[in-house]
Amino acid sequence: MAGQTLYDKLWDAHVVRRNDDGTCLLYIDRHLVHEVTSPQAFEGLRLAGRRPWRVSANLATPDHNVPTTNRAAGIVDPVSRLQVETLEDNCREFGITEFGMDDPRQGIVHVIGPETGATLPGMTVVCGDSHTSTHGALGALAQGIGTSEVEHVLATQCLIQKKARNMLVSVDGEVGPGVTAKDIVLAIIGRIGTAGGSGYTIEFGGDVIRALSIEGRMTVCNMAIEAGARAGLIAVDDKTIEYARGRTYAPQGNQWQQAVAVWRALHSDADARFDHVVHVNAQDIQPQVTWGTSPEMVVAVDGRVPDPQAEPDVVKRTGMQRALDYMALEPGTPMVAIRLDKVFIGSCTNSRIEDLRAAAAIARGRKVAGTVRLAMVVPGSGLVKQQAELEGLDRIFLDAGFEWREPGCSMCLAMNADRLEPGERCASTSNRNFEGRQGQGGRTHLVSPAMAAAAAIAGHFVDVRTFGQTDIEAVRTASR
Amino acid sequence: MEPYKKFTGIVAPLDRANVDTDAIIPKQYLKSIKRTGFGPNLFDEWRYLDHGEPGQDHSKRRLNPAFVLNLPRYKGATILLARANFGCGSSREHAPWALVDYGFRAIIAPSYADIFYNNCFKNGLLPIVLDTAVVDGLFNAVAKTDGYTLTVDLENQRVIAPAGTEMRFDIDAFRRHCLLEGLDDIGLTLQHVDEIRIYEKRRAQQAPWLFTEL
Ligand code: SF4
Repeated sequence: MAGQTLYDKLWDAHVVRRNDDGTCLLYIDRHLVHEVTSPQAFEGLRLAGRRPWRVSANLATPDHNVPTTNRAAGIVDPVSRLQVETLEDNCREFGITEFGMDDPRQGIVHVIGPETGATLPGMTVVCGDSHTSTHGALGALAQGIGTSEVEHVLATQCLIQKKARNMLVSVDGEVGPGVTAKDIVLAIIGRIGTAGGSGYTIEFGGDVIRALSIEGRMTVCNMAIEAGARAGLIAVDDKTIEYARGRTYAPQGNQWQQAVAVWRALHSDADARFDHVVHVNAQDIQPQVTWGTSPEMVVAVDGRVPDPQAEPDVVKRTGMQRALDYMALEPGTPMVAIRLDKVFIGSCTNSRIEDLRAAAAIARGRKVAGTVRLAMVVPGSGLVKQQAELEGLDRIFLDAGFEWREPGCSMCLAMNADRLEPGERCASTSNRNFEGRQGQGGRTHLVSPAMAAAAAIAGHFVDVRTFGQTDIEAVRTASR
Repeated sequence: MEPYKKFTGIVAPLDRANVDTDAIIPKQYLKSIKRTGFGPNLFDEWRYLDHGEPGQDHSKRRLNPAFVLNLPRYKGATILLARANFGCGSSREHAPWALVDYGFRAIIAPSYADIFYNNCFKNGLLPIVLDTAVVDGLFNAVAKTDGYTLTVDLENQRVIAPAGTEMRFDIDAFRRHCLLEGLDDIGLTLQHVDEIRIYEKRRAQQAPWLFTEL
């Protein structure tokens, strides 16, 4: 018998029941809850007279709607405020732990889960949010679900699911200086496309993934969904275990030893069989910038805006043309010639401490270009913010002319007051460059934190590798 | 949920690939704490020329006359014809809620994003997968014929063209059964309460740290 993949192992350990047709009841260890996708689920519970199956499996926080300035003033928009209050009310009514807006542990669900140890290796993790794939970086099976499933998990602690297929994306070799986790995952999506992982769970492996820090691995798994895969996974190693050690909800004492013994087996067996394998050569990966309205529309920073006329497939060609019209770009324009109105450093992709360190390494002692209207740094959580301030990163950003904000999703999707105005162009460390994502008519280019900081300083995209050896070294150290 | 019955409806063609759920229903409408009322804001940024906010009277807004759903010939459409990777991006179930609230009962496309596909079934919306070539053919047929209709027969897994041509589609047996019977997933799962309890007990012994109180 062939060995098992990491996905096989995680799946098997959580099957409660298997029907003849292969549909399974899968047990869920951790459920993260935020204000946007949960109200209708709680309402459903109430209408059916049901209670949460296991209250302590749930952890809630508001993140999408919260303001990133002046928290004390509360939420101005009444519709947003009602949604955040509804989360509070529901958590109170059902006894669910919530890191409320004033809690120092509040933050983006996908940042607070790992950093508090609420999400751990070997768990099944779900959340009514597609970027739940992030937690797969810890060797957990983590997936985004819809609101009906949120209600289902609340009521039964299970999910009805069929197993996906196994894909391995192996990134081998060594990346060059200035190339970070974000560039790696953008390059992967550029290669396999936004539907490339559809129907699969992607395990990311190879020397380059192993060399990444846990934060970097989270950036990679975060964007697995942008490649069409519901879940991304990375094998547990010493770094994973060191990361989990001592976190608030991580096991202690005897249980820690027991857990570590179990976690050590959380990797694909040497003879495991994958349904599909993709090899990516690390040497080929340059710092990336998206040019269009889908994460697969991406090129290296020294590249140019592509020409739709060169695309033979008609559906793709019209898609490219539509994207260029929306983005107001001409084919052949060098990426470094694209000027920016705003810069956003934040989101569940790139708002952890090392992302901020990497951006600060570039911003240190420099100034945001006068043509950039707003450059903002939004830490992923209150704990990230505290740590950054302890390290003086806030001063570096403020001195350079960046705004230093309160934690939340912010301009990743612009549900709060942070947004692009029609026609504004933004370098963003988030994960989606869809039409209107950061504000109606807004134009989003996805980049790494170091590339975003460099763009803010230059006022246009620029190859971060031209920023001098010391700075690049600093970015590299920040990402270890 | 209502049992899903065979029906015939007008087909509206949305000729772009990778339509994401942000486009299906923009973020400002996600602030609602209800499941209904999203229909007027389906494809909001394509459908209207002005910016919309929740609570607005949408009948007073400026329509984009070029957008397909605003063309008189597609009025009352219940079947959406779409391209590959429909519903990619955010997991928001507001996307199928908006499609259903607008009046759609089925979508036909070569492929869908996983989470969206799954969400459709929870809301009595049938996402039908047909080959790219067949979908291409349908786009042509819809363009040629005003008021083009198709019949969707879930029971026999067929889409039937006006001339009687039948196009077979595959669908997971469990999902088909749930739709046809109008079954509720939670009720089904709760028939297995004992098995869930037994699993939990075993896990709590093997891996007690998974049951830490938060
Ligand atoms: S930061 Fe952006 S992608 Fe992440 S959970 Fe928030 S809105 Fe979603």
